Amino acid sequence: MPSLDDYKGQMPAWCPGCGNFPILKTFKDAVVELGLEPHQFTIVSGIGQAGKFPHYLKCNTFNGLHGRTLPVSTGIRLANHDMIVIAVAGDGDCYGEGGNHLLHAIRRNINIKLFVHDNQVYGLTKGQASPTSMEEMKTKVQPFGVLSEQLNPMALAVALDCSFAARSFAGDISHLKEMIKESIKHKGFSLVDILQPCVVFNKINTYEWYKKRVYHIEAGYDPTNRIEAFKKALEWGDKIPIGVIYRNNRPAFEERMPIIKDKPLIKQGFDMSKIEAALKGFY
Amino acid sequence: MDYSIKIGGEAGQGIQTIGDTLAKVFSKTGYHVFTHQDYESRIRGGHNFFQIRLSNKPISASRNKIDILVALDKESILLYKNELSEQGIAIYDSSALRQKYEGKKLLDVPFETLAVEHGKDRIMANTVATGAVLGMLGLKLDILFEIINDIFRKKGEDVIKGNINAVKAGYDFASKNCTDCSFSIKEPAEESLMLINGVEAIGLGAISSGCKFYSAYPMTPSTGILNFMSEKAEGYGIVVEQAEDEIAAINMTIGASFAGVRAMTGTSGGGFALMVEGLSLAGMTETPVVIALGQRPGPATGFPTRTEQAELMFVLHTAHGEFPRLVFAPGTPEQAFYLTNKAFDIAERFQIPAFILFDQYLADSAWTFRRFDLSKIKYNDYRLRGNDFKKLGSYKRHAFTDTGVSPLAVPGDARHVVVTDSDEHDEEGHIVEDAETRIKMVQKRLLKKIPLIRQEMSQPILYGADKPDIVIVGWGSTYGVMKEAVDALSPPRPPLIKGGQRGGIAMLHFSEIYPFPSSPKFLHILNKAKKAICIENNATGQFARLMREETGYEFKYKINKYDGRPFIIEDLIGEINAVIG
Repeated sequence: MPSLDDYKGQMPAWCPGCGNFPILKTFKDAVVELGLEPHQFTIVSGIGQAGKFPHYLKCNTFNGLHGRTLPVSTGIRLANHDMIVIAVAGDGDCYGEGGNHLLHAIRRNINIKLFVHDNQVYGLTKGQASPTSMEEMKTKVQPFGVLSEQLNPMALAVALDCSFAARSFAGDISHLKEMIKESIKHKGFSLVDILQPCVVFNKINTYEWYKKRVYHIEAGYDPTNRIEAFKKALEWGDKIPIGVIYRNNRPAFEERMPIIKDKPLIKQGFDMSKIEAALKGFY
Repeated sequence: MDYSIKIGGEAGQGIQTIGDTLAKVFSKTGYHVFTHQDYESRIRGGHNFFQIRLSNKPISASRNKIDILVALDKESILLYKNELSEQGIAIYDSSALRQKYEGKKLLDVPFETLAVEHGKDRIMANTVATGAVLGMLGLKLDILFEIINDIFRKKGEDVIKGNINAVKAGYDFASKNCTDCSFSIKEPAEESLMLINGVEAIGLGAISSGCKFYSAYPMTPSTGILNFMSEKAEGYGIVVEQAEDEIAAINMTIGASFAGVRAMTGTSGGGFALMVEGLSLAGMTETPVVIALGQRPGPATGFPTRTEQAELMFVLHTAHGEFPRLVFAPGTPEQAFYLTNKAFDIAERFQIPAFILFDQYLADSAWTFRRFDLSKIKYNDYRLRGNDFKKLGSYKRHAFTDTGVSPLAVPGDARHVVVTDSDEHDEEGHIVEDAETRIKMVQKRLLKKIPLIRQEMSQPILYGADKPDIVIVGWGSTYGVMKEAVDALSPPRPPLIKGGQRGGIAMLHFSEIYPFPSSPKFLHILNKAKKAICIENNATGQFARLMREETGYEFKYKINKYDGRPFIIEDLIGEINAVIG
């Protein structure tokens, strides 16, 4: 069985008090509890503070480009669907730069677990607005406040029939751990939007701000009811629901692609003797 | 024997079906064929043509005279009447065109009426036309019947019978009524030949190299590869995914390659512009990928369906940062096949991005060949997988080595983890900031590899006189037309000049472009020639610039064509003669 010692990585270069620390710690706890070993999964990350995440633990890692976590993850899954693939991105990375990929990864329902470290601000580039910044936020670049409407990742996910959409909070680690585990166990595309304070650049959405507002979705809630899910997804403001907002049983892309239905692509050999038949087709 | 047939008409009228069928009949019979297509960026209407040249000797380009014109619209007659050779005849259907033409070069063949009478369906008018062409040439029909049987097997006996009757009707009509037809068909020199175009050859090269993953966004002229790979997906176990955009296409390709399979993407200039960031990612993470880049005239959307060689500098210089890349520019479908294989091999061996740079002209032109030799295909799995990976005591994805090539392991096959990063990284693949590691990584990734890759590059092909006075130089798809120009401009029996006097004309053709092949031999030929002419399908002479950059040699003479159309033999000869004086 793996232990936390197996997951020691580099010293994080995050600011003291960063919301990424509890996410990192909780993630390690979750994979240890799931019995996952470092070589059994790959983290694909982008650029931003969240992009550094895989360096601070130990696992197969592809730290790629800003916004491009999902297509790289898709390529990995299509080549080897025995490999668990976790995409780690920030709100700018995933909802801004890589927005188009998010739409299509949800459509494909490729079995990727996407964890968005959503601090509602750009950290690495020092404090500009992100797609999830709230309208009253003023920054050096948005001196009149954010004029565009705040993106609602959960409503987007429900609208696109995303097979697993959940929200959690870096300040509620037992909840976060459950969401991470549920997400990894889910068969299909899964989006977990993790609310996370940025202690340096986001003076609005602080730990206190979130703590006053987030609540656990009530026990009787049915996340398979899409209409109810949409209503739940629209809740934001004085009360912010955390938990599984929506889920369905759409078969994952990998199950529907005939070529890899029975065997991952990397396990399928190359048979040169079959090429002669292709050549014959040209006579 | 050397005949050219042109089929002209609107998009959607089926000129490609007639052209493909005739080309297949000729190649199956054993004639050499060269086809080229000219079409507009539209699905219906406009004006397109399909040109086929057939001969009993190998051929490699189109000529400017037509012997048989199949005119499916009035435009064809207007545009190409003057291209008809001395013995040239145009056939058309006066009822379909609602116009009757006078003159003995114009033969009215009632395609539609014969189709209804004999095939029981007006849709078979093109089949009548196909039969009529064969009737004019006096070729036997049995091979066309075989082809019809193959195509319509699923549609049943009636459709097959209808088409065969339609062919016969066209054939008989032309045989009887084309009194001015004076074509003399020689016996074919060959057994059945293979007929293949550029994009099919690239696709075939990919599957022969063990390519398991292809992701692309459709874009002319590279879509043919996407179609080919999809068609072969099931039989050859290839995952083909149409990406949401080219950025996704190259990133998926990189992801699949990282996970352990040979992977490829394809696009054209505009799409490639979107891929550029991903190209740099492949360079930094040392992930092997093959990129098929089909050029068409730009800038921007340009001429979407036409041809140009104007992306050489783009492909050589694009992407941020410095990293090695491989660029091949095949001149024929045969070269495309072997070079695609070589690209996969070198890409994986050195863990770099490799390009097959082609263009619409090569993509859509079909050539005949005796066979492609599969014994020349190289397949080495350079990845570290399975037990070999498990046996290692430790593993570093970007370990420093003498060659700069680190072990490329398949993640998940052993307990070791595989780590890579678009940031500068250490041997393990983890993010770093220090100068010392940076220097060592640049040396490993770039400086150590480049000379080794350069050693793999073949010299250009010298064709024609071996101590030429006149040298024509080109790259990529101009190979065929330059070769024919050399043939036409060479004396009938080249003087024996080995070790002796100089003279004659030769071609130097580059298909392995970058890293630029090391130079003494071809540079000697260029320096000794009285006149060396660089011939390119672009406006500024990009290859000439590359030659100067790499060798210091500067071309005094250039022939550039940038109208979006390929070179035609006679036109090129005229331009060469103008330079020779």
